[in-house]
Amino acid sequence: MALTMTETVRVPRPVHIHRLRSALSVLVALATSGLIAFSILRIVAYAYRQGNGLEIAVVAALFALLSAYVVLLGARAVALSARAGRAVEIHHARELGAQASLRSWNALAWSCALLIATGLAWLLVLNDAAVSRTFFDLALIRNSSGEILSAFTTNIVIFAVSVVLILVWALVIAIARTLPGDAGRPLRLMATAYCDLFRGLPSVITIYLIGFGLPLTNLPLVSALSSSTYAIIALTLTYGAYTSEIYRAGIEGVHHSLIAAARSLGFSHAMTLRHVVIPIALRNIVPPLMNDCISLQKDTALVSVIGTIDAFNQSKIIAANNFNLSAVTTVAILFVAITIPQARLVDRLTQRAQRRRRAGGA
Amino acid sequence: MALLEIDDITKHYGTHQVLSGLSLSVNEHEVVCLIGPSGCGKSSLLRCINRLEETSSGEIRVHGERITGEGVDLDRLRRDIGIVFQAYNLFPHMTVLRNTILAPMTLLGQSCAEATDRAMALLERVGLAHKAHDYPDRLSGGQQQRVAIVRALMMNPMLLLLDEITSALDPELVAEVLDLVRDLAAGGMTMILATHEMGFAREVSDRVCFLYQGQVHEEGTPAEIFGAPRQEKTRAFLRDLVKAGRL
Ligand SMILES: Nc1ncnc2c1ncn2[C@@H]1O[C@H](COP(=O)(O)OP(=O)(O)OP(=O)(O)O)[C@@H](O)[C@H]1O
Ligand SMILES: [Mg+2]
Repeated sequence: MALTMTETVRVPRPVHIHRLRSALSVLVALATSGLIAFSILRIVAYAYRQGNGLEIAVVAALFALLSAYVVLLGARAVALSARAGRAVEIHHARELGAQASLRSWNALAWSCALLIATGLAWLLVLNDAAVSRTFFDLALIRNSSGEILSAFTTNIVIFAVSVVLILVWALVIAIARTLPGDAGRPLRLMATAYCDLFRGLPSVITIYLIGFGLPLTNLPLVSALSSSTYAIIALTLTYGAYTSEIYRAGIEGVHHSLIAAARSLGFSHAMTLRHVVIPIALRNIVPPLMNDCISLQKDTALVSVIGTIDAFNQSKIIAANNFNLSAVTTVAILFVAITIPQARLVDRLTQRAQRRRRAGGA
Repeated sequence: MALLEIDDITKHYGTHQVLSGLSLSVNEHEVVCLIGPSGCGKSSLLRCINRLEETSSGEIRVHGERITGEGVDLDRLRRDIGIVFQAYNLFPHMTVLRNTILAPMTLLGQSCAEATDRAMALLERVGLAHKAHDYPDRLSGGQQQRVAIVRALMMNPMLLLLDEITSALDPELVAEVLDLVRDLAAGGMTMILATHEMGFAREVSDRVCFLYQGQVHEEGTPAEIFGAPRQEKTRAFLRDLVKAGRL
């Protein structure tokens, strides 16, 4: 490499000063700012007439600041590019050119993001603010949030109970599906049939069948439970099938030589599962289990089909009374808010598992 | 009576015959080395002895009692016959100490203190007491292998099967393991070793068996086998080793 460099040093090579790119970036930035200025004037004026000018003004100020920043970035790119063109020393020129390019890309990316955000803002206020009124009536969101939060505890209870039941039940199914030998076959087949059935059945149908079906059976015990309990049973059955597949993948992923090592010490099949296979499998399947958890949380909203007063159902009642969906927005925000930290946690755990696997493979 | 009697066993993997009428008997306190070209069935034989693999026919007896076929308590059998593999198979989710005390505690009913004392003494002997609380992935291959031997010894096996335990070790660590195995032999441990390390076999064993075509082709003392092999195949095998600079 070094040799080729010295050989070619006499050939004059062009220095990229990215004049075009910088010019483009500043033009786009200026156009974006103009559009934003126009939008701010129109939207703030409109909001002022509607009486909630203050909140909008704050957002508008933020937009204005950002667009000014973008124009600055573009201007800086042009300036750097110009200096690169004047620079005497070739390495210095290259450095300035690279900086100009970086600034240009930044300016372009920010312009793009701001344009999208402005488009969304227009969507909210178009047609006499039909979208904001329908989905984001702040007063209604504020007023309904108390009731909805208390109904949300129903979702949380359903989730918390189900998740424990699912983790245990799925493990039972997974072990049944991995039973060895001829003697294991009947249970293995039943467990497989169960998984096939409940993985194919949409959870909303399972909830519906169990929530409305079991009370009709007049069976002792199971016909007079609360609708939350039916929801828990249905969710456990559905998610048990999914989660057992995750467990099974984990169990089958444990290297057979580890199992041979345990068996050769004299551990029985069950003891090997308990002391070696399951602990190792569990460590590997935490990320997919967490993903499962997140979708279970969301699916607690399905219980509204059997009349459980959860947050979603409560919000639908409020929405119907007010001819406005903002209360449902509150629920949506709640679900998203509790999911985001978990999603980040899954990302972290997945990364850690990958690092560990790479370290193990090295 | 011999501790272990292997009587005319065969072993197939599908249509591929690995052992074909192999017989061997091992006395108490005897150290027997299995040598032979790669793929001749050394590992398979060892795995048949503690029933990790099933034999296709023939009989294996321990203290005169049949251990092949049905109606044998395999978990019980495997407690008495320890095996250490070619690839170290320490449990990755447990510390070194935990790896060694798990089986005696759960299977032999030893108390934690009792098992820990014993394990620490053995780890001390193999120079790894300071690693007792580390996880296996923090140990070198050689260190892991020594822990694996300790783990097998913790069960007080009456027969120890060692499957190429030195093939993953650095030369200086081979010496340490050799010392350990020599110690065990001096202590009266009955052992069967599969190995490619002929120096090791020559030094440590009472008897050497050359496996060829799924049978014990020739057996004798190390001096007989390495000094004056009678069979042409044995001579050829040893000649190749000398050519490869391994003998
Ligand atoms: N699980 C298996 N399925 C099919 N064939 C197998 C299996 N295990 C071993 N074999 C075959 O059986 C033969 C004997 O294998 P084995 O591992 O016993 O040889 P080895 O003497 O231990 O060899 P090495 O010295 O390389 O360890 C080989 O040909 C191998 O390919
Ligand atoms: Mg082998």
